[in-house]
Amino acid sequence: MPALSPTMTEGNLARWLKKEGDPVRSGDVLAEIETDKATMEFEAVDEGVLGKILVPEGTQGVAVNTPIGVLLEEGESADAVPTSASAATGGRAKGDEPRTADHAPVGEKPASEAPAAPTEGEAPAPAAKVPAEAKKPAAADPDLPPGTTFVKQTVREALRDAMAEEMRRDPKVFLMGEEVAQYQGAYKVSQGLLDEFGAKRVIDTPITEHGFAGLGVGAAMAGLRPIVEFMTWNFAMQAMDHIINSAAKTLYMAGGQMGCPIVFRGPNGAAARVAAQHSQEYSSWYSHCPGLKVVAPWSAADAKGLLKAAIRDPNPIVFLENEMLYGQSFEVPQIDDHVLPIGKAKVVREGTDVTMTAFSLMMGHAVAAADALAEQGISVELIDLRTIRPLDVETIVNSVKKTNRLVSVEEGWPQSGIGSELAALMMEHAFDYLDAPVVRVTGKDVPMPYAANLEKLALPQVHDMVEAAKAVCYRT
Amino acid sequence: MTAMSKRKNGNGGEAAAAGSNLPQPETLMAWYREMLLIRRFEEKAGQLYGMGLIGGFCHLYIGQEAVAVGIQHTLTEKDSVITGYRDHGHMLVCGMEPRRVMAELTGRETGYSKGKGGSMHMFAKDKKFYGGHGIVGAQIPLGTGIAFAHKYEEDGGLCAAYCGDGAVNQGQVYESFNMAALWKLPVLYVIENNRYGMGTSVQRAAAGERLCDRGRAYGIPGEQVDGMDVLAVEATANRLVEKIRAGEGPQILEAMTYRYRGHSMSDPAKYRTKDEVEEMRTQHDPIENLKRIIEVNGFADEATFKAIDKEIRDVVNESAKFAQDSPEPDPSELWTDILVES
Repeated sequence: MPALSPTMTEGNLARWLKKEGDPVRSGDVLAEIETDKATMEFEAVDEGVLGKILVPEGTQGVAVNTPIGVLLEEGESADAVPTSASAATGGRAKGDEPRTADHAPVGEKPASEAPAAPTEGEAPAPAAKVPAEAKKPAAADPDLPPGTTFVKQTVREALRDAMAEEMRRDPKVFLMGEEVAQYQGAYKVSQGLLDEFGAKRVIDTPITEHGFAGLGVGAAMAGLRPIVEFMTWNFAMQAMDHIINSAAKTLYMAGGQMGCPIVFRGPNGAAARVAAQHSQEYSSWYSHCPGLKVVAPWSAADAKGLLKAAIRDPNPIVFLENEMLYGQSFEVPQIDDHVLPIGKAKVVREGTDVTMTAFSLMMGHAVAAADALAEQGISVELIDLRTIRPLDVETIVNSVKKTNRLVSVEEGWPQSGIGSELAALMMEHAFDYLDAPVVRVTGKDVPMPYAANLEKLALPQVHDMVEAAKAVCYRT
Repeated sequence: MTAMSKRKNGNGGEAAAAGSNLPQPETLMAWYREMLLIRRFEEKAGQLYGMGLIGGFCHLYIGQEAVAVGIQHTLTEKDSVITGYRDHGHMLVCGMEPRRVMAELTGRETGYSKGKGGSMHMFAKDKKFYGGHGIVGAQIPLGTGIAFAHKYEEDGGLCAAYCGDGAVNQGQVYESFNMAALWKLPVLYVIENNRYGMGTSVQRAAAGERLCDRGRAYGIPGEQVDGMDVLAVEATANRLVEKIRAGEGPQILEAMTYRYRGHSMSDPAKYRTKDEVEEMRTQHDPIENLKRIIEVNGFADEATFKAIDKEIRDVVNESAKFAQDSPEPDPSELWTDILVES
């Protein structure tokens, strides 16, 4: 199974275009592989005869690097190769979906390791398998009616549904960005929207972030409700002048007369092995600026509810998604209009010994860390910040007053980061309650390296969170 | 080579000679009044700046009046306007109240932005005036987005997006040209070429011959016009606006103009000669130019002009008094208008 994108960990073998015994030339299409983003043609890079098909078509969830067939050179025999298929590979046949706990975030595959950057021979794993809320149910969001049923959805699907629902609701909402329309989204988040809403409302832009971000802001000033997708937030640095100077400040500069209802959204943070210019986490950058709201959801349910809220919000919103989360599945409530309040953190798991805050992808790591700590007798109260600006200080302070300890987790750099802000806030609001200094777990203070081992070192790992929590609890 | 130097008969000669094609006398008088209002208003603003009543950056429009006035009269109330930081003239011709503009300049609570925007950041959504933007060139993608909204809403409006000769070198301008041309957006790009981007002359900052040709690669037609001649500005802009309304997409109009004052109030303007400024003031002044046409055609006499001048001075003095009499914003305003409370 070839890796066909930086974040692909497994694929579905949709179709074989060659059958056993067929001659194969370099460049021939051997098979169609479905990744989490697209169906790709897989070409032969060598000549020979397709001796044996190891993974039959229709097989889902075939891990990257699993042999799917054997190409024989002249004189070789197919009998010489093993016949095994999916049993040893983790692949599964159609209809054999992994069992998952109810009301719980579930990994896309039954991974046993915590999400992490890849090491040698190890594919980047999606987030935790741990059904945190099933173990210890936390308070549901207040506006979820009792008896709500849930359906499993990926973050990608949840974001798409949020946009589609809001576009159906308000004709002034439109989506623009690179590859959002005909290509169906660089990360397939906008899949199907062009078909439903047409080219007037789903608009492919040239690769000019500064220009189209400004165009979106102008359209918002004139009364439309743009959703501007950045292929990744890394590229939005070219658009930052319009995000901050044109969008965030206008309401104030206009004395309240004219605002800018716009959503800037796209994947934020490190993906996998895309190095320094494409692996940056921007929550602290944007959280610095009054006039913006900054949202960074983890679960599919929150992604949907918060994106819908963001599109309806009369203010400019920076909506930070994560590529590694797009393919992860979570339970999403089945209600007609799932809208969540911006500015509210979520206590994902109640605990007594230490408060741990995280957001976006790092929440999956934090869940794994909390599990590991539970096994060592440390009870973690886990808070998903969800909104970075305005920060839900009350929820965090109330938790720290109970646990007397805080570990802040974020993927971004340490200086002037979210953890720095939380540390200052705890001094201002909970100083007398602290039994230990606030500890930050952050990305390392270096540009993101490319090499797999270095990348893993640069990113916060579950182990770092476990050690930080033990340190503030004075445990070794 | 410029539109201005093509004129043969000196100040006002060309337009006066074409007397039979002149707009109605009342139209000419209205334009005269508006240009004079801008001139007197800006003179007063300069005075208040000198008195310490206006702070920060203050970019005066003196000398360029014919551009905003000529363009505005090709627009209807469906249309939008956006400009950069040399924006007082555009606000006045959009129908914004001089007293509230002056109050904003002086940082008072009665200003258009409650004193929180200042000279460069004023808006009047009811007049479809979208600012007032302090970042060079930023108004061009914004204006393109406003044009996008006109097209999206199919309301028949267009956006006049102004920028200076300096902004035309900004990358975002070309990103905007590209999208405007691709999507045939109803936008009139007006380049007010006053020859200097702050202290750097166009010749030293901009490659190529004419700025109005900068859209050529995108298939956007461009024309140059004498920006000191309100009749020429209006006539040319009118033609371009009609093309935009006919669905032909964006157009560029480069108005060759001149600012008599420095870039901002703190600019000694040593990058140009006194003779150059003097020549423009005496030979090409847009207000004197129009006045001569009106006089030559017998549409008004000196007494009428005197009365108009007095009337406008009264308006401007009243604006200055209103501004100075208005209180500064309440300290609580520091914390309002950051977000729309939903």
